[in-house]
Amino acid sequence: MTTLNPPLDYEADLPEQASGTNYLTNGKSIASWLLTKDHKRIALLYLVSITFFFALGGIFATLVRLELATPQADLLSHDGYNKAFTMHGVFMVFFFLIPSIPATLGNFLVPMMLGARDLAFPRINLLSWYLFIIGGVITIIAALSGGMDTGWTFYTPFSSVYSNGAVVLALVGIFINGFSSILTGLNFLVTIHTMRAPGLTWFRLPLFIWAHYATSVIMLLGTPVVAITLLLVALERAFGLGFFNPDLGGDPVLFQHLFWFYSHPAVYIMILPGMGVISEVVTCFSRKEIFGYAFVAVSSLAIAFFGFLVWGHHMFVTGQSVYSGLIFSFLSFFVAIPSAVKVFNWTATMWKGSVSWQTPMLYAMGFIGLFTIGGLTGMPLAASATDLHVHDTYFVVSHFHYVMVGGMVLAYMSGLHFWWPKMTGRMYTEWLGKFAAFTVFIGFNLTFFPQFLLGYLGMPRRYHVYPPEFQTLNVMSTAGASVLAVGFILPLIYLLWSLKYGPKAGPNPYNSTSLEWQTDSPPPTENFTYTPTVTEPPYCYADREVPNVA
Amino acid sequence: MDQSFRFMPESAASIAPQIDALWFFIIGVATFFTLLIFAAVIFCAVYFRRRESPVPSPTAPEDPPPQPTAGKHHANMALEVAWTVVPLLIVMVIFFWSAKLYIDVHRQPTDPLQIYVIGKQWMWKIQHPDGQREINELHVPTGRQIQLTIASQDVIHSFYIPAFRLKQDAVPGRYTTISFTPTKPGTYHLFCAEYCGTEHSLMIGKVVVMDPEEYQKWLVGVPVDESPAVTGQKLFQTLGCQACHAVQAPSMAGLYMSEREYLLSVDDPEPKRTIADEAYLRESILNSTNKISKGYSPIMPSFRGQISEEQLAQLIAYIKSLQTPPPQNAVRNVLEQSK
Repeated sequence: MTTLNPPLDYEADLPEQASGTNYLTNGKSIASWLLTKDHKRIALLYLVSITFFFALGGIFATLVRLELATPQADLLSHDGYNKAFTMHGVFMVFFFLIPSIPATLGNFLVPMMLGARDLAFPRINLLSWYLFIIGGVITIIAALSGGMDTGWTFYTPFSSVYSNGAVVLALVGIFINGFSSILTGLNFLVTIHTMRAPGLTWFRLPLFIWAHYATSVIMLLGTPVVAITLLLVALERAFGLGFFNPDLGGDPVLFQHLFWFYSHPAVYIMILPGMGVISEVVTCFSRKEIFGYAFVAVSSLAIAFFGFLVWGHHMFVTGQSVYSGLIFSFLSFFVAIPSAVKVFNWTATMWKGSVSWQTPMLYAMGFIGLFTIGGLTGMPLAASATDLHVHDTYFVVSHFHYVMVGGMVLAYMSGLHFWWPKMTGRMYTEWLGKFAAFTVFIGFNLTFFPQFLLGYLGMPRRYHVYPPEFQTLNVMSTAGASVLAVGFILPLIYLLWSLKYGPKAGPNPYNSTSLEWQTDSPPPTENFTYTPTVTEPPYCYADREVPNVA
Repeated sequence: MDQSFRFMPESAASIAPQIDALWFFIIGVATFFTLLIFAAVIFCAVYFRRRESPVPSPTAPEDPPPQPTAGKHHANMALEVAWTVVPLLIVMVIFFWSAKLYIDVHRQPTDPLQIYVIGKQWMWKIQHPDGQREINELHVPTGRQIQLTIASQDVIHSFYIPAFRLKQDAVPGRYTTISFTPTKPGTYHLFCAEYCGTEHSLMIGKVVVMDPEEYQKWLVGVPVDESPAVTGQKLFQTLGCQACHAVQAPSMAGLYMSEREYLLSVDDPEPKRTIADEAYLRESILNSTNKISKGYSPIMPSFRGQISEEQLAQLIAYIKSLQTPPPQNAVRNVLEQSK
């Protein structure tokens, strides 16, 4: 190795071989997992749980897409269809998308990237997993005992008065799950503030940490609002207290204000950690320092800030005053800017790099492209006049999925592959990873691009039966969804396979610069057997040897 | 209905081509930036792809030693400012263009044809000013400004006509309005766009746009109920309203769109002013003591839960019919409307 300036002064301190155990082998009983305070084990608990919820949400998505292959109602009843899309949304949004990256990759990596031995509050971390599971189980019970037919948005007064589903139970489940988010956010904030390694100043933090910092702020400030809101719906439904029902003197649109005050920032809870992953992956696989570090870091905070000021763009057609409509439209356009800044900086980072086509980078490049489409198709929704037409149509459905699946899920897959060797000590089968990444990209676009066209043609969302002229595009979408399903089942198989048969990864297979790679894979329970000291900014790849893998 | 595959919905209202124009501008901008980013990413991925054996060989003396970059961030201020400011300027163009259209759509029309629409699970009930009633169908003439006053009997619905590029939610407990001028005769989709329960996707219908002569023929051909104003007048009697109004309560004559002074409670020292529009009349019937007309006692009973949305609309139609002469101040712009 010909590094002129050893980036991290860690090798001197590294003891021979600590004790031969790592966090996976340190305790084999079930209790040692269920009562663990190790952030890495909790991350794996989350990983298994959210994979389950992703599969559950996926099953409901499959039902929806199969039903929509024909314009008539054939597979499901009206109520069956309404429950299918509601439970798809509820499980995907509240039990997969929101916890996905923060609770798994974030839990695993935030302490390691900071050079810390754990999060600030390990017991609270375990508690937040239990809250997640309790909330999830209650919501599943709600799904089994009648299901929910309100849409994941729970609009009043339908949800609070007219729906026949197990709405109260589902709301209680989501309410409890909310506290899991709040506690995770709190834990991250305190950890990032107080547990950084010597020399790890704010502007030496990996961008993954900046993204999680911004996410945590939203979790902490926003989640209580939606928790209270859902509680109000449950109170109105169960006890007839009038908050949203106009017959009891309530205001149905008030619910939308409260709900979107959280739920719009919540989409940034979902996407910001994904952006953090992309910043790590793009630098590592381009062997370049990030372009415009400060701009990427601060843009995360800007997104978190502006995200709280745009909720009214969900209500352009509710009859809110024209003034409100214009102001929310104006502010909504400001969220576009920091997102655009990030995309430009990632692309500039690749420029003149040494760009690898390994699986995480393929997903990351897919993310940049699809997130760009997802972001730009937000413009006609932020523009109040065009929103009059495409609001509540498939255009919105497609825009949302481009950001959430094309963006967030691809970032999650990118991160999962990137850190898989760190988490498990094993490499997955590279060619299968690449094949799955291309399959997801193609399947995704085939599923959701036709929905943009459907939206402008005027097909409303949440339609069980639809006019026959929309069928061609719906068939394309359903065909794409089956390709997409293959793309998601493949990684489940080859990643599990790699646990036993994958080649050993070694501590740093990608020769990455950040702290989590400067220890064994899998790491020991205490993460580092020495106190890491940071002497330089992140992403000093120019000084680093390029791993000889294309 | 046209079954052939198409990429654009029909365009049948005066606002539709204007919204399409903005639409194509936005999609043009989006396409340009999408292609730019795709091209840049693919170019970098291919042109700067990692070659085999990328480790600099120590025996290659022509390679200059790598320069240490520790301690400085890659950035280019001019570029960062450019790709912050240029997108900002573009989205501001979109915002102002869109704002103008949004204001135009919501501008109060001068002398519109007023039609009542009531959404309920899962149908649209429509009543024309002369008494014609329709269910899940709306007949309108070309070249005339139409104003729909929309209410909901139960949950939130949304009255959506893709060919007009317009939708407006029907919100229980309040009136919403939407105005448009149909331009092209034909039959178009009417959808409920806000999810409203079991048969949401069956809450559809058609909007029939007709030439004015055809429309007149249609009007004559439809069996006419009594007009909403006449039914409202009867309701006004049967509900006992006339016992007080114009006696110990404000007269209804000329009330609509007049300026009113009201108090929030009996000991409210400072009277507020408002225009007696439909929302005001609605609130006064359902919750008479919310806004107490200045100079009167708050003794009117609440009619909340006593009358249906349809009856409410008929009462208001009656009150509006007591207007002589037609209001001069009806030309209200959005600024006043949003007060």
